[in-house]
Amino acid sequence: MSNQPPALGAFLGASLRRQLLLAYRRPVDTINPLLFFLLVVTLFPLGIGPDPAQLAEFAPGILWIVALLASLMAAEGMFRQDYEDGSLEQLLLSPQPLYLASLTYTAAHWLVTGVPLTLLSPLFATMLQLPVAALPVLLLSMALGTAILSLVGSIGAALTVSLKRGGMLISLIIVPLYIPVLIFAAGAVRFAAEGFDPAPQLLLLAGMLSLAVALAPFAISAGLRISVDAG
Amino acid sequence: MTDAADALIAVRGLGLERGGKALLADLDLDIAAGHLVLIEGPNGSGKTTLLRSLAGLSRLGLSGRIEARCDELLYLGHRAGIKQLLTPRENLAWACRSQGWDPVHIDSALDRVGLSGRADLLCQHLSAGQQRRVNLARLHLSFDARHKRSLWLLDEPFTAIDRGGVAALTDTMAQQVRRGGAVVLTSHQDLPLDIPLRRVVLGGGR
Amino acid sequence: MWTWFHKLGSPPWMYRISGRILAILLPLTIAMLVVGAVWGLLYAPMDFKQGNSFRIIYFHVPASVVALAGYYVMAVAGAVSLIWRMKMAEVAMKCAAPVGAALTFLSLLSGAIWGKPTWGTYWVWDARITSMLILFFLYLGVIVLYQAYENKEAAGKACAVLSLVGMVNIPIIYKSVDWWYSLHQPATIRFTEESAMHSSMLQPLLLMILAFYCLFTCALLLNMRSELLRRGASTSWVRGLAVN
Repeated sequence: MSNQPPALGAFLGASLRRQLLLAYRRPVDTINPLLFFLLVVTLFPLGIGPDPAQLAEFAPGILWIVALLASLMAAEGMFRQDYEDGSLEQLLLSPQPLYLASLTYTAAHWLVTGVPLTLLSPLFATMLQLPVAALPVLLLSMALGTAILSLVGSIGAALTVSLKRGGMLISLIIVPLYIPVLIFAAGAVRFAAEGFDPAPQLLLLAGMLSLAVALAPFAISAGLRISVDAG
Repeated sequence: MTDAADALIAVRGLGLERGGKALLADLDLDIAAGHLVLIEGPNGSGKTTLLRSLAGLSRLGLSGRIEARCDELLYLGHRAGIKQLLTPRENLAWACRSQGWDPVHIDSALDRVGLSGRADLLCQHLSAGQQRRVNLARLHLSFDARHKRSLWLLDEPFTAIDRGGVAALTDTMAQQVRRGGAVVLTSHQDLPLDIPLRRVVLGGGR
Repeated sequence: MWTWFHKLGSPPWMYRISGRILAILLPLTIAMLVVGAVWGLLYAPMDFKQGNSFRIIYFHVPASVVALAGYYVMAVAGAVSLIWRMKMAEVAMKCAAPVGAALTFLSLLSGAIWGKPTWGTYWVWDARITSMLILFFLYLGVIVLYQAYENKEAAGKACAVLSLVGMVNIPIIYKSVDWWYSLHQPATIRFTEESAMHSSMLQPLLLMILAFYCLFTCALLLNMRSELLRRGASTSWVRGLAVN
C-alpha cells in the first residue's frame, strides 16, 4: 500500500539529484558562464589599460559586474528546457508543495552556476590584481551574492519562460533587482581590499539572502503557474 | 451526466474564453468513478484547454467552477514531460517521487509498455513513439499505486503509438475504469472498447 | 478544491463614477498646478545659494515623490488583482505603469536640467537621481513584460507578480544606493533640503506635491477609462455609449 502522503524529503532529494545529473550530462551550461566570466575579465585590462594599481582599484567592481552578467546569462535558460519538454507541467501537477520544489530548483541552479563561479573567482581576482587579503571576503561575498542572484534570477526566468523573446526582457526585469547585491557585495570586497571591516555589508548580504529564500519561491511559483497557463 | 455527489471531478457553469473568443459556455460535467469520457470536437474547439483546466493547469479566461475530489489526478499532455538527458528509468523514478508512487513498480511498468530493454538508454536515443511510451508508463505506475479514486486526463494519448501499443493502452484504460477510476481523453481515433463511452462534443472552433 | 471565479468591479459603473470624479478633479488639478507653479516660480523667495535655478524643485520634487508613490499604487493594485481576482484592480495596475513611468521620466529630466546650472553637468550620479533611474527601469520592466505577453490576462498576472517583487525591493534598492553614494562621494550638495527650507518656499512645494498626486489620479482614471472602453469594445454597455 502506498496510499499515504508522498514523502516530501525524498521528492526534494530526488529533484535536486535530477537537476544535478542533468547539469552533469550537459556540462556546457555550467562551463559557458565561467568562460564568459574569463572572457570579460580579459576585456577589462585591454579596455582600461594594464596598470596594476588601476586594475586593483577597479577589481571589486569589475569582478562583481561580470559575476552579475554571468549569473544573468545562466538564469535565462533556467526553466526553458523544463517548460519545453513538459516537465514543468508535471511539476505543477505534483501534489508536492511548489514553494519547496522551486526552492530546490534554484538551489540546484546555484550549485551548478554560483558555486563554480565562487570557487574560480580568486583566480580572476588575482588576474585583476585584487590584494590577496581581500580574497576570503571575495569568496564569501560571491557565495552569498550569487545565491541571491540565483533566487532573483529565477523569478525573472519563471515570468518570461513562455515568451519567445525572453532573453532581452529578463535583463530589463532582473538587472534593477540585482543592484543592491552589486552595491553591497562589491562594497564589501572594496572595504576588504582597502583594509576596512566588511562585516556590515556581508551581514546585509546574508540578510538579503534570508529574505530572498523566504519570499522568492512565492514569486517563482506564481510565475511558473502563469507561464505554464499562458503557453 | 448525473451522480454529482459521487463525482471525481465536478464542473459547474464552465465558460472558457481565449483571445476574445468564447470557446465554451455554461458547461456542466460530472465525471464519476467508472466513467470513460471522450472529448470530441474540431481543431481549435478547446479540447486541450478543457483538459488542462480539469487538471488545474489552465485558469486564464475561465469562469465557473471546477471541483476535483479525486485522490490522484494524472495528466498527460502534448508535451511528454520526458527529459532527453535522463533514461526512462530515471525519468520515471522522479515521477514516482513527485506523485508518491512506489518506485518498485518501475520495471514492470517499463516492461508493459515494451521498453524493458531500453530502460537505461538516454531518452534522446529513443524514437518519438518510444518516448511517448515512457510517458504512458506513468499510467501503469499510477495503476499500481492503487489509489481508489484516480482520474486520468489524457490528451491525444495515441499519437505516435503503434497498433499493438494502442491495443495495450485501451486495455489499461479499461482496467482503470473497471476498477473505479475514471479516464477523460481527447482523441481522433475510434476506441476499440467494450466499455460505455461518454462523449462530450465541443462546438465549432472558428 | 473549490475555485471561485469572481467578476468584481463592474466596468460600466467604474466608467460612470470615474467620469463624475474627473469632472471635478480635473479642473481642480489644473487650478492647483497653475497656482502652485505661479506661486513657486514667481512669488516664492529666491534661494540664497542657487538663485532662481532652484525653482525647478517645484516640478522635480513632486514628480519624484508621486512617481515613487505610483509604484506602490501599481503594486497594491496588482496584489488586489492577484488575491481577489479583481479585474478592475488589474486595469488600474496596467494603467498606473505608464503614468508612473512618465512622472519618473519628468523627475529625471527636471533633475538633469537643474544639474546643469547647479553642478555644471547634466548628469550626476547622485543618490536620488540614481534611485529614480532604477525606478524608471522598474516601471519599464513592468510595461515591457505586459507588452510581451500575447494573453493579456496572463500579462496582468505576470506584471502583478513583478510589481510586487519590485515593491519589496524598492526600500532595499533605495537604502543600498544611499549607502553607495555616501561611500563614494561625501555629500556636498544635497538634492533637496526640505527640512532647512523656509516655509515661504515650502508652502508652494506642498501645494505642488498635492497637485501632482491629483494629476496622477486624473491620468490614471483617464487611462483606465480608455482601457475599459478598449476591453469592452464588443459589450453592450460600450455600444450603448457609442449610440448616445
